[in-house]
Amino acid sequence: MGSKPRIATVSLAGCFGCHMSVLDIDERILTLAELVEFDRSPINDYKEFQDRCAVGIVEGGCCNEENVEVLEQFRKHCDVLISLGDCAINGGIPAMRNNIPLRECLEEAYLKSPGVYNPLNVIPNDKEIPLLLNRVYPCHEVVKIDLFIPGCPPPADAIWAHLVSLLSGKPVEPDYKNLKYD
Amino acid sequence: MKQGTAQVTAEICKKFGNDRTRLMDIAIAVQDRFGCVSHEAMEEIARQVRSHRVEVESLVSFYAFLSVKPQGKVVIRLCSDIVDWMKGYKDVAEAMARELGITMGETTPDGAITLTHTPCIGMSDQAPAALVNSVVVTHLTPERGRQLVRDLRRHLDPQQLVTMVGDGNNEHPLVRAMVRNNIRMRGPVHFADFEPGSALRKAVEMTPADVIRTIKDSRLRGRGGAGFPAGLKWEMAANAPGEKRYVLCNADEGEPGTFKDRVLLTECADQLMEGMTIAGYAVGSDTGIIYLRGEYRYLLPYLQSVVEGRRRQGYLGRDILGRKGLHFDIRIQLGAGAYICGEETALISSCEGLRGDPKNRPPFPPQEGYLGCPTIVNNVETLCCVSRILLEGSDWFASMGSSRTTGTKVLSISGDCRKPGVYEVPFGITARELIEMTEAENAGTMLIGGPCRQMIGPDRLEGRICYDDLATGGAIIIFNRARNRLEIAEHYLDFFIEESCGYCTPCRVGLTLLKNQVHKVIDGAGEPADLVEMRDLSNFIINTSRCGLGQAAPNPVLGALEIGDLSSGFVAERKPGLLPGFDLSKAVIDAELRVGRQSKYV
Ligand SMILES: Cc1cc2nc3c(=O)[nH]c(=O)nc-3n(C[C@H](O)[C@H](O)[C@H](O)COP(=O)(O)O)c2cc1C
Ligand code: SF4
Ligand code: SF4
Ligand code: FES
Repeated sequence: MGSKPRIATVSLAGCFGCHMSVLDIDERILTLAELVEFDRSPINDYKEFQDRCAVGIVEGGCCNEENVEVLEQFRKHCDVLISLGDCAINGGIPAMRNNIPLRECLEEAYLKSPGVYNPLNVIPNDKEIPLLLNRVYPCHEVVKIDLFIPGCPPPADAIWAHLVSLLSGKPVEPDYKNLKYD
Repeated sequence: MKQGTAQVTAEICKKFGNDRTRLMDIAIAVQDRFGCVSHEAMEEIARQVRSHRVEVESLVSFYAFLSVKPQGKVVIRLCSDIVDWMKGYKDVAEAMARELGITMGETTPDGAITLTHTPCIGMSDQAPAALVNSVVVTHLTPERGRQLVRDLRRHLDPQQLVTMVGDGNNEHPLVRAMVRNNIRMRGPVHFADFEPGSALRKAVEMTPADVIRTIKDSRLRGRGGAGFPAGLKWEMAANAPGEKRYVLCNADEGEPGTFKDRVLLTECADQLMEGMTIAGYAVGSDTGIIYLRGEYRYLLPYLQSVVEGRRRQGYLGRDILGRKGLHFDIRIQLGAGAYICGEETALISSCEGLRGDPKNRPPFPPQEGYLGCPTIVNNVETLCCVSRILLEGSDWFASMGSSRTTGTKVLSISGDCRKPGVYEVPFGITARELIEMTEAENAGTMLIGGPCRQMIGPDRLEGRICYDDLATGGAIIIFNRARNRLEIAEHYLDFFIEESCGYCTPCRVGLTLLKNQVHKVIDGAGEPADLVEMRDLSNFIINTSRCGLGQAAPNPVLGALEIGDLSSGFVAERKPGLLPGFDLSKAVIDAELRVGRQSKYV
């Protein structure tokens, strides 16, 4: 593999909005492509890690067992792990189920809610479907996270600034205007 | 019936002059009359005092003793503070709930009796204790709890529960409470004889400026906790521009484990009111208000009679001591179960007929306080000191105590000790001496000044009670070595979470986050990083909260972190890479049970 630093990204319990924001760096994506090599990421659709990565970017928290497994892999293969966006940091929208027992959530989603067409009255239970966790966990409750970039999604400029600092070995200094939301 | 509510409510409003600032009294009177302040009553109150219904509702929904929904004719409020837990709260609560056939927080189906719990009611030396409407019952056991319920069922008259009355003025016909004073050490400031009028006579011989000078010379510092120099506060108020000034006495005594003001109110009411009158003379005020916590309502008729007695004797009212133009009178404002109202700006809000929200500072109360006028707020004990200083002189007072903290301090000591009660001690006494005096065996932890202040361990027992070392408002709670410090901290976090006014995010949200983290370690699911985060979060809350509640609430957590080795609350790493605190097998168990297969990752 080349000598460029490698980046991996993943969307766990997220909406891909944070990934869209990564793409929103516009033409700077070309500069990025020159600076780094993409490892495992939805951008190139690699499903396994190719090599050790300098930076791992995680969107979304952990809502099921597979998210945990993937997050564990990311921790193992990445030097710096970033929680990107409010879902990764706080659980976000998916965590709204956290105060409701799992059974009730599933019944509401598959059996009871208006507009549901489910003549056999089953809750999907295929072996391929990962088991849900009792609640949605923010990433830093599962593995150690090195950097948090808040926002829903975080602005492209904030993501860009963080990546540039990290890749050039400069201290990461959040820019107030990119991280204030009121 | 409908007509009835509106009519009666209107009459109550009229009794308080349809005055918007008397909304507390109006709401309390309506609650007394109907067992709630219904929407209909709120509409009527708003109409009468020319306010808005939402404003009335914001007040009613704020105070624990007011309710929109009907309560039982008799409301039993068990004190659920930590000292009561140590003395058997849980068994008493269960016994009473079972006897009533309801759970905590419910009302019996016939609408007769409500059972609920409440933070410290100022009886920690005679716990477990409860309020039955405004009647205090102490030293409860499961059997006595059951008997109490049976008796109430028969007569629904809380006063009949008092079969034995306590000592001192607890026997007074207007009090008749089973409360005991438990005064274990009588000091020269508060528990020496006091002749009503004697200090006031001395004061009016001097100029107001000289009275302030005397208080400054005595170096009296506020006894409510913060220790602000009283003379300086008075001087600020006296010099502040304004037509009218006010003297407020803080008798809210809400800090868990504090009950010394209760004893002072019971035994030294004249000395207190004389202190207020002297303060009024010194700062140029003709109106005083005693803010009496709702929990001490059983003292109200007695205190009212002391006020009336002093009016008759010419110590209160117009032309005091026969001096033309020297006026000062006192009214007693009842609170309604909100800890935050002990904070002076929240107390002022409450006296103004508002929710007990703290106000922004500056301006400080001596500049702009009650109704925007210069106001001094002083603790009960501070004002009692004032009378004694006028009698005995500032040198006499300053000769007691430690070099920088003069005089004596009345302590309320409770918890794991043989002799809980009230002790008037000179400042400078060590924590070890307190442990010896109260015959506390095996003491492992002390809260100096309730949860708001310091938690200390056995290595700090040589520390001295004074403002430069172990500062306290008077609540000392002793815990033996078997008690878990983090559990103590968690108990008080629950209290602060409940009592937070909710205005600012660090306190409203941060305290719950902190509690979750503390709980994780108590549960044995913690990891070293949790302790670091707890400390960071605590400091963040302390530094960014708006008032003293949020600024103090994390203190027990910080204390527990500092004193003890908490590693027993850590778990070993379960899987390399995953944080030790995260337990995948627990996290998937609900789903496994649902689908009947095991996680392939565990
Ligand atoms: C949350 C909170 C609760 C308080 N509760 C009381 C109280 O119950 N009684 C009291 O005298 N002071 C209490 N204080 C302190 C008051 O704000 C104020 O400092 C005191 O009444 C001033 O009187 P002093 O100078 O005579 O002590 C409390 C402060 C805070 C922040
Ligand atoms: S933080 Fe917002 S944009 Fe990002 S995954 Fe969550 S919901 Fe989507
Ligand atoms: S610190 Fe807490 S009690 Fe004080 S103003 Fe803020 S929310 Fe209210
Ligand atoms: S009365 Fe229960 S702890 Fe104070």
